[in-house]
This record gives sequence, C-alpha cells and structure tokens, in this order.
Amino acid sequence: MGNKIKYKPFGDRAILIEWESKICASISDVILEFQQKIGAFENRKIADTIVGYASLTIIYRTRIIDYLKEVAVLKKIDASKNIIGKKSSFTWEIPVCYDLEFGIDLQEISKVTNLEIPEIIKLHSQNPYRVYFIGFLPGFLYLGGLNKQLFFDRKSNPRLNVAQGTVAIGGEQTGIYPSESAGGWNIIGKTPLVFFNIDEDIPCFAKAGDFIKFISIDKEEFFKIKKEVKQGAYQIFKTLTND
Amino acid sequence: MIKVLKPGFFNTIQDKGRFGFASFGVPISGVMDSYSADISNSILNNSLDAAVIEIIFGNCEFQFSCATFICISGGDFSPRINQKSIKLNKKISVSKHDILSFGKINFGARSYLAVLGGLQSEKKLKSRSFYKGITKNFALIKGLEIPIQENSIDVLISNASVKIDDLHFNATDLTCTKGPEFELLNTQQHTLLFESSFSISKDVSRMGYRLNELIENDVPTLLTSSVLPGTVQLTPSGTLIILTRDCQVTGGYPRILQLSEKAINILSQKTAGQKIEFSI
Repeated sequence: MGNKIKYKPFGDRAILIEWESKICASISDVILEFQQKIGAFENRKIADTIVGYASLTIIYRTRIIDYLKEVAVLKKIDASKNIIGKKSSFTWEIPVCYDLEFGIDLQEISKVTNLEIPEIIKLHSQNPYRVYFIGFLPGFLYLGGLNKQLFFDRKSNPRLNVAQGTVAIGGEQTGIYPSESAGGWNIIGKTPLVFFNIDEDIPCFAKAGDFIKFISIDKEEFFKIKKEVKQGAYQIFKTLTND
Repeated sequence: MIKVLKPGFFNTIQDKGRFGFASFGVPISGVMDSYSADISNSILNNSLDAAVIEIIFGNCEFQFSCATFICISGGDFSPRINQKSIKLNKKISVSKHDILSFGKINFGARSYLAVLGGLQSEKKLKSRSFYKGITKNFALIKGLEIPIQENSIDVLISNASVKIDDLHFNATDLTCTKGPEFELLNTQQHTLLFESSFSISKDVSRMGYRLNELIENDVPTLLTSSVLPGTVQLTPSGTLIILTRDCQVTGGYPRILQLSEKAINILSQKTAGQKIEFSI
C-alpha cells in the first residue's frame, strides 16, 4: 500500500498526501496511523493535519522553503514504527428519535424507495457506521456504511435552517448536524446528544476511527435524554471496538 | 475596555486563527487580510498574533473606557475620534471616553483596528477569532465590552505614518499555484481560467467568494478531502468559489487553484462587482 501514496504540494504552506481514491476502512486506518505518528513527531513547522477519506493534508506554520526536503521528512515518519500504538476505538450508542415529527422526509423516502418507514428505521439503525473523519462543520462526522437501499439524492433546494441534532441522509452518506445550519440532506430523525461542545476539553466525544451505532428511541425518551444532556447527567454508552 | 456603541455590519475580533483543531472540523479563521492586520500591530509594536477588530464597510462606533494607543490599517472607512478625522497606518493616542467612529468608505473592504497590547477577549481553542459555535459571539454586538490592557504608557513615540503600496488595494491579479485537481481541466479550460477576467458575485463572506463567470466542465467531484483558505473550487455547474479564512476544513469540489497568502490578502480587500484575474 505504501507504494501507492502520492505527495503533492497544496499551495505554498501545505502538502497533500493521497491514497487510492476509495472509501475503505483499511486505507483510513493507514491514514490515521500516519497522522498519529506525525503528531508524535516533534515538528514545530507543522501547524495542523486534515484527514479525508483517502487523503492526509499537512499544514505548515509558514511557507515551505524546500518542498522535497519536507516530503523526505514525511516519508521518514511514514516508514518509522508507531511507538505509541494504535489508538483505542470505541463504538458509541447514539439515541435517535425517528418520529415523523422529527423525521420530516421519512414519508418521501418511503414513497420513492418503496420501503415501509419501520424498515427504513431498521436499516438505518442496524449496523454501526465508521467515523472516517470530522469536517464540514465543527463536530460533523463523516460516516461510512450506509445501507445501499437507503441511498437517496440530496434535495435540489437546501433548507435554510436544519436544527442541531438532525439525522439525515444525503446521497450515499448519513450524518448528524452538530449545529443549526443550512442543509440539503433528507431528514429522518433527531438525536438529543450534542456532538460539539466547546466547553469540554475535547469538544467532540467521537473521533476518526470510532464507530457510531444508532438506537431508535421514542419521543418521550428523546425529551428525557435531552433534559439529562442539558444537566450534564447523560452518559453516552460506549464499548471498546478493537482488542 | 472598548465598548461597542454601534456594531456595524459583520465586524469580528480576529487573530491569526486556530491551528491544531482540524480533526474536530474546526476552521482556521483569523484575519482575512493578514498583511493589513500585521501593519496595524507592527506600528504599535504588538505581537503579530495580537487580536484586532476586523471591520467590514465602516458604519460602526466604539468608546474607550481608558487611555491607550490604537492603529488602523487596511481599508479606509473615514475613521474619526470624537468627530475629528484620524490617519490610517499611524499610532494614534486615545483618551478615556473617546469615541472612535467609522463612516464613509474611501477604499478597501476591510479595516483593522489594533490596540496597544492587543485585545484581551476570551480565547477558545487557543484563539480569540470569532466563529459561530466556538466563541460566545460570532459578530460584534451593541454594548459588548472588549477587555484591553488599561492605561499603557507609550515608550515608542513615533509620528511617522507608514506608506502603503496602493497595489494592495488596486491590483486585480491573484497569484496562485496549481491546485491538486488542476490537471483534470483541459487546455481550453486552462486558457479560460488564466485569460478571463472574473467578477466577484454578491455571495461574499468570510467563508468564501463566489465568482459570476462560469467554466463549463465535467470534472467529477472528489471523495471528500481537505480544503484550505485560498483554495479555488470548481463546482459541477461551473461556478468558481474562492475559499477564505472561515472555510470548512474539508470539501468535495475539485480544487483547481490555490491562492498565495498575498493573493488572499488582496482578495480580502475586494467585494461584490470587482474584477480579478488568476495567474500562475
């Protein structure tokens, strides 16, 4: 796999590293390990790193003077042993209320796909989704693993205000809106959990490499959990994924 | 303290931005025109990381609750202290209760107000830069009190005002490097990109500038990957979007060009209707 990596300059302050262009857990694992090794390597020149499905971008604090030299440094890091060891991966249980009051596009999806609404809910909450990375909005998880039967085109006219916690399907992806925003995805439910909390030391509980499992809840439970979240009393259920 | 009497259109506190939080999806943010912000901080002998107020299109008013020194750089929005005009790019003394106002636009799109020692507003994720959902406010609001260092004594008396290169405001040429997907365009599209003059649409914000002219293309969208301030995206409908400081950390449109830091600064002083060209 190492041979397939491509390095490209991205402006004069960043280097883009690309893998084979596909959504795949093994490529993502390699990228996350590379990112982790860069983080552990004392390099004051590096300001930040951005993970994509099949890419890793290294942002430098100042203009890169010698591109080839920096690439050589990165290649050396890539070839080095990971002394910290792989990060623990968790599966987080995310309660979602798929009630029609929240899931305002469920009927439309049901009509077009010929799936009954309970079947859509079952398919959506059946398997865990891998968190590939966080982007788009602070706390927005890019999830992989949506059941093909639930692929559904984005709306041609995005809604101006999609509420925080909205669970939606856009094309071949599913996701949770971490804050109120405009959005063109089809809304199927709502979670009472908060995915980006600036007052926490680590604002996102989930990280790239973790898994998300949706648990269907009713409206009563939704409001009960929402209240607990507000009081800081709600504990998100998580299990260790890897051995 | 600096008290906001009239908040203006979308004025914000900015420093050089947030680094190290991209893995939470947090944008970099920071001053749009770092060249001008650096001048205002340099004249006051501040750190270049000191937080300043980024002012868009004037029409705002501030009151100082203590004596200090300020410097205004970037666009000229007719700054006045107690109704008396003051110069840009010059260290200006202000007294307790003085009112600083910005009015008519003479040139530029963004002005920077630096204060001796820098603004001392709250830091979130290692930066004072305003961003919705991260800082308490995402734009200045009426009555907001911004902490500053009180009554600082000036040791470097200087009456010189710095001469700014007019090109920073008049240049239309944006120097770029090839973006990661540049080679996916054909020769004709490359020619169009470098030989056309583009106009800035009404869709302008700290997140990005959309251009009016289209480049027809059938370049496929990408698997979501990184984007940076200064990335020029080409959408399937042909629209060019130049991303700026508050842009998302990831995107899926082909990244055809990457503006130099200087070009981002030049663009930041432009607004709807103005023309730009790209060059490599």
